[in-house]
Amino acid sequence: MDDITRAIQETAKNLLLNKEVDVVVGFARGSLPLRNTPCFVRQPDDVQKLIWGYGCENNLANYLRKRPEKIAVIAKGCDTRSIVELIKENQIDRNKLVIIGVPCQGMIDRKKITRLLAGRELLEGEVKDGQVILKGREFREIIPLNQLLYDTCLNCQHPNPVLSDILIGEPVPVKENACFTDVEEFEAKTPAEKWAYFQEELSRCIRCYACRQACPMCYCEECFADCSMPQWLSKSSLNTQDNIFFQAVRVLHLAGRCVDCGACDRACPMGINLRTLTRKMVKDVQELFGYTAGIRLDQKPPLAAPISTIN
Amino acid sequence: MLILNQDQLANWLNQLIDTYKVFAPVKDGDHYTFKEISSGNQVTLNYTNTKVPPKEVLFPRSEKLFCYRHENEGIQLEEKIDESKKVIFGLRPCDAKGFLLLDNVFNNDKYQDPYYLNRRKNTVLVGLGCNQPATTCFCTSLGGGPFASEGLDILLVDIGNRYVVEVVTEKGQELLSGLNLPAAEPEAQEAARRVKEGAALSTCINLDGLKAKLDVIFYDPIWDLIHEKCLGCAACTYSCPTCHCFDIVDEAEGKEGCRIRNWDACMFPLFTLHGSGHNPRPTGKERFRQRVMHKFKYFVDNFNAVACVGCGRCIINCPVNLDIREVLAEIQGLEVRSDKQ
Repeated sequence: MDDITRAIQETAKNLLLNKEVDVVVGFARGSLPLRNTPCFVRQPDDVQKLIWGYGCENNLANYLRKRPEKIAVIAKGCDTRSIVELIKENQIDRNKLVIIGVPCQGMIDRKKITRLLAGRELLEGEVKDGQVILKGREFREIIPLNQLLYDTCLNCQHPNPVLSDILIGEPVPVKENACFTDVEEFEAKTPAEKWAYFQEELSRCIRCYACRQACPMCYCEECFADCSMPQWLSKSSLNTQDNIFFQAVRVLHLAGRCVDCGACDRACPMGINLRTLTRKMVKDVQELFGYTAGIRLDQKPPLAAPISTIN
Repeated sequence: MLILNQDQLANWLNQLIDTYKVFAPVKDGDHYTFKEISSGNQVTLNYTNTKVPPKEVLFPRSEKLFCYRHENEGIQLEEKIDESKKVIFGLRPCDAKGFLLLDNVFNNDKYQDPYYLNRRKNTVLVGLGCNQPATTCFCTSLGGGPFASEGLDILLVDIGNRYVVEVVTEKGQELLSGLNLPAAEPEAQEAARRVKEGAALSTCINLDGLKAKLDVIFYDPIWDLIHEKCLGCAACTYSCPTCHCFDIVDEAEGKEGCRIRNWDACMFPLFTLHGSGHNPRPTGKERFRQRVMHKFKYFVDNFNAVACVGCGRCIINCPVNLDIREVLAEIQGLEVRSDKQ
């Protein structure tokens, strides 16, 4: 990790010194244990702010749409896949973007830590040799890293950048088969059970729209949820049904565009499981259209492709 | 000061439920939230902070103000004033302070909000001091404290298997009337004192001179950069005990409908979008500046208080770890001339 951090800093410094880019978007140290935070660096002397770690969970593609300046981005596998789709949708000018790809070993899910610590507060965390050392008041626990990674990362089939100008670090091994057991469990439910599940999950929704804002692909100038003429859904959260409707439409709008980065799920302050929905759609698009989002620049999006491309 | 055994707690709550709607922290998946309980056993008091504050008990996320119906004789109106008696049980002192700050907004010389005020009047606040504040807590920087009783009717201090009960107001006295609790003996009082001393906060923010700086930096270039990673969601505002902005909409179908008040957030572009299409806060820069200014300058201008209680929820809930403590520190680091107005 330290090697990658050093290489990122050096690369960023050169790009800024040579005026190849005006700004580098990466990650800095966060204010919470095991957390990194998005960071914008414009001065060569500020590159030491940039670091790499297991808390670089945000999808930085979200910051790249319609940028006026030349920009470099530190991108994991999922970030590059979102970038590919955004280029196809004319949201990113490839000529103004330098992609510094970093193969990703997965990011740490702080919710899993919270669950594990059951009320005890995490004061310090450190990753060493595949183990996470968690420290707090009067406790120290060592947990295998893969028990604390996001489910998104554990299922990820594209940890290596699919598109990059500069690659930092060694490619990581790739899982061969997609794993959709969570979705299959959901599919096996009866309609009544599915409805009950949505009711239960979305009853917690507070309509903060963190899911929408965190998604690199949710960029409609006017979101249907914000329209007032016509008003497609209630602005209030009095009825869970409206929360379900909002999420269902949001997810369907991401068909063939969602790269399953998990940003929506992570952003939700209420811990609503959004990935069952998004991954169901990812699976459907793969089965119906033979399309996996964000893999190739020259592959037309399924809903824009001629009908003959359907398998 | 009185004393309450932990095993009496559920019984007391069950008694209260007969007369009051009781809202208390319950475990909800991975976190804790205030919910209306139907039995004293549902309550969990060994929590640090709830995910969202109990603000919504008095100022709901969505509330019907009134409903209307067109009839042959004319329009029938039905106002929705909630007169039910409530207890918010086990709330933290910071959340109680949140209500005191909201009082400024909903009850001032220009406007009294009947919806909020009726709930406020009929609600008793039973607080629970914080034996172990989180590292994201900074209430003492805002004039509060882990055992501050300001705004509460009763404060409970957990001394192990018992609670020392501090009665703060007459409303609190009334709530305890049927219980005949014994007075806390000197040992219990001493234990409470030790617990309070042990509850040290590890974080503080520096408010010295902040308002004077904010008074003159509206056009400072700092705003161009400080918001940059903000996604523009409302995770911070909706989990804030003092954020109170709302939007009012009519939801109608056919000949009937209701006027509904919903939480709104200054982080949304729609918040200030005019009918003409013009938006005075067109980008994240203006919107983020507004959030900081409202809490630490405008609220001070209007009510002589900072609209933050230091609960740390915005820090924990922000999807990109944009930390208000760091934002304020950065502003404090600015060299500004206070005469540059």
